[in-house]
Amino acid sequence: MWIYEKRLQYPVRVSKCNPRLAKFLIEQYGGADGELAAALRYLNQAYTIPDKVKGLLIDIGTEELAHLEMIATMVYKLTKDATPEQLKEAGLGDHYANHDKALFYHNAAGVPWRAEYIAAKGDPIADLYEDIAAEEKARATYQWLIDMSDDPDINDALKFLREREVVHSQRFREAVEILKEERDSKKFF
Amino acid sequence: MYPYGKMPTFTNYKEWYPYVSPHDPCPPMKVKTYSTPPNLYLGFQPPGLPQFEIHEALHRGTLWKALYSDYNKKLPH
Ligand SMILES: [Fe+2]
Repeated sequence: MWIYEKRLQYPVRVSKCNPRLAKFLIEQYGGADGELAAALRYLNQAYTIPDKVKGLLIDIGTEELAHLEMIATMVYKLTKDATPEQLKEAGLGDHYANHDKALFYHNAAGVPWRAEYIAAKGDPIADLYEDIAAEEKARATYQWLIDMSDDPDINDALKFLREREVVHSQRFREAVEILKEERDSKKFF
Repeated sequence: MYPYGKMPTFTNYKEWYPYVSPHDPCPPMKVKTYSTPPNLYLGFQPPGLPQFEIHEALHRGTLWKALYSDYNKKLPH
């Protein structure tokens, strides 16, 4: 079960009215390497991964849901006061035609989220290497978003999210080390 | 394993220089960079590494100085 805290993991501020940025940020909402895919990937793998690293997958999967909330907040703030005309100019006319200002799980190009994004091979090493790759891809996506954004407050939150991907990758790498360790080998510390 | 409480040294970025042809249609970007964050170097995190003070840790997204990776907008080269 989960306990919900009614606040964001990191404060989300938006300093510029720039609906176009929302169009790019949605990549991390419903894209292949986005936060929804990350959360579902880890929470699903957690059932069949060895006990030693199960908790790690659940912890990180849960944190990805907190990141999903941050992205949703950014997108909401960037679009809530835009007129249909402004949304059209921002390249969000297609989105408005289908969803008004509702968020939807699709990527920056409008491709709907797909279950194929979440890998689950059942082999712990294969799954963890997949997870490491997913974290590096999410880190890269945040880099490209920072490159395109000129909103200092959004970039502040995006840098936080990027750093979390670095930490997650580190922890998944450690999980591989734990699973590959020989049973009678000596501990170093 | 690294000595207790000590961080490995590395650079956060690497540069490379792609071939520039005299017939390229656009002005060349002579230097390309890519991120090489600390998770590539740390190995299994040893105990006792230096930490950020709590507020700074919350802002940076990590408690561990060895895991902090700065990223700034890509500048045009
Ligand atoms: Fe992550």
